Amino acid sequence: MADMVSVDEVAEAMFKLIKDAAGQKQYKAMDLQKAMIELFPDRVDKKLCKESIKKLINSGRCIYTYFGGSYIELPHVEGAANPDE
Amino acid sequence: MADKTKATGMLAELKDGPYPSFVKEIEAAAEKNEMAQDLIGLLELSYNEKLCHWKHGGIVGVMGYGGGVIGRYVDVPEEFPNVSHFHTLRVNQPAAWFYKTEALRKICDIWEERGSAIMNIHGSTGDIILLGTTTAQLEPVFSELTKLGFDLGGSGSVLRTPSCCVGPARCEWAMFDTLKFAYEHTMKYQDELHRPYFPYKFKFKFSGCPNDCVASIARADMSFIGTWRDDILVNQDKVLWYANEKKLDIQEIVVDRCPTKCMEWDGKELHIDNRNCSRCMHCINVLHLALKPGKDRGCTILIGSKAPILEGAQLSSVLVPFMRMEPPYAEDEATAEDLPELIDNIWELWGEEGKNRERVGEFIQRIGMGNFLDAIGLEPAAEMVSHPRTNPYVFYELGEEDEEEEDE
Ligand code: SF4
Ligand code: SF4
Repeated sequence: MADMVSVDEVAEAMFKLIKDAAGQKQYKAMDLQKAMIELFPDRVDKKLCKESIKKLINSGRCIYTYFGGSYIELPHVEGAANPDE
Repeated sequence: MADKTKATGMLAELKDGPYPSFVKEIEAAAEKNEMAQDLIGLLELSYNEKLCHWKHGGIVGVMGYGGGVIGRYVDVPEEFPNVSHFHTLRVNQPAAWFYKTEALRKICDIWEERGSAIMNIHGSTGDIILLGTTTAQLEPVFSELTKLGFDLGGSGSVLRTPSCCVGPARCEWAMFDTLKFAYEHTMKYQDELHRPYFPYKFKFKFSGCPNDCVASIARADMSFIGTWRDDILVNQDKVLWYANEKKLDIQEIVVDRCPTKCMEWDGKELHIDNRNCSRCMHCINVLHLALKPGKDRGCTILIGSKAPILEGAQLSSVLVPFMRMEPPYAEDEATAEDLPELIDNIWELWGEEGKNRERVGEFIQRIGMGNFLDAIGLEPAAEMVSHPRTNPYVFYELGEEDEEEEDE
């Protein structure tokens, strides 16, 4: 197997994907994993993808959302929300 | 001005009758809590208009977690500002729902201060359900709960909070330690519980015997049900005692109700053809002083049940007819190596090939059980077939051993 990509690099690539698609397409964790495997053939695995998602979420750059299914998105105010009291 | 702590109209009618009433409970909470007061008003409005005023929120949560909080808002916040946000928190219950009273009091204190003072013990998922708080209170509630040693449970496309029956803590029929097994699975799969990685929800439920008190066969994507492999232990003297002293009609109440008709009763002795027993527990439940499950105990693993949400209800199908359950579970090969490998294989396949919001049972129906077994590397077994004796689509081929027996 070729040299693995770093967690930071994968997290960055995932972030770009999410950011570019914001408002048009929602990504689930598995979609991101599939996209990364396509982008870095033989250089990422499932564990690395999971670590990268964890990094994106724990840093607050992305959040989990739930609209029927669970997605990973940029933080934003949702349509249903009422203003904070 | 109307008393905001009292329900009126149709809502008040729900206090009548001898049954517990959620309206009475909300009224009690409303004595001290403004959210509960507005909840009464909002419900009355909904009952009068026959309209639901809740909006589903999909973003609120606590930092790092993708589950445990279910967002709720109302569409009439001007009228009911105290329930403008009314988010639900799911709190991971202890195995088999044992608490010290002190722990419950502390949870109640947190919720009276930071939420609606209304909770649901326990929700159908098994978790403690804390009903109604604001976005700003989510992190403080979470932080106080974790200080008490509690964590949030699952919601969304995650592993939902594992739940189990009371098992050996109070029940003589437990074939394995359901509490320990549930706890170990909760701890082992923390990432899967809090970080959505699946096409849809996935539930583990652990029942210590086929009585299945947590309804795992109907509610869990992966059900673990205690069973035994050897013969039912029979104390014939006690069977006679049931017949003569307790005047129990053994033929009618026990033998005739055996689903596989594998019992015989001649008025003196009870005979069981154990090879044909499906381990349903009926006879043992009725003659519990006379019959006991065998000593070679373990569990059956089933897959694919679900309640009707997107599609109809489904019951589980047998996946592993018998798995040895030898404590410590974290060290025995069956539970420490074979089982996690099986779970990983299922999650991997369903994760890759499952459609959005497709439960694993629906996925199996779509691709076919044969293909599913093939892909996860399990051999088909007769126990996987419902009604194997009468199913015209199942053909048995003789193995080498059977052929030798036939030749003899
Ligand atoms: S499922 Fe069986 S072992 Fe568990 S509590 Fe019920 S009867 Fe007891
Ligand atoms: S456990 Fe059920 S199937 Fe087995 S002998 Fe008793 S009643 Fe029959």
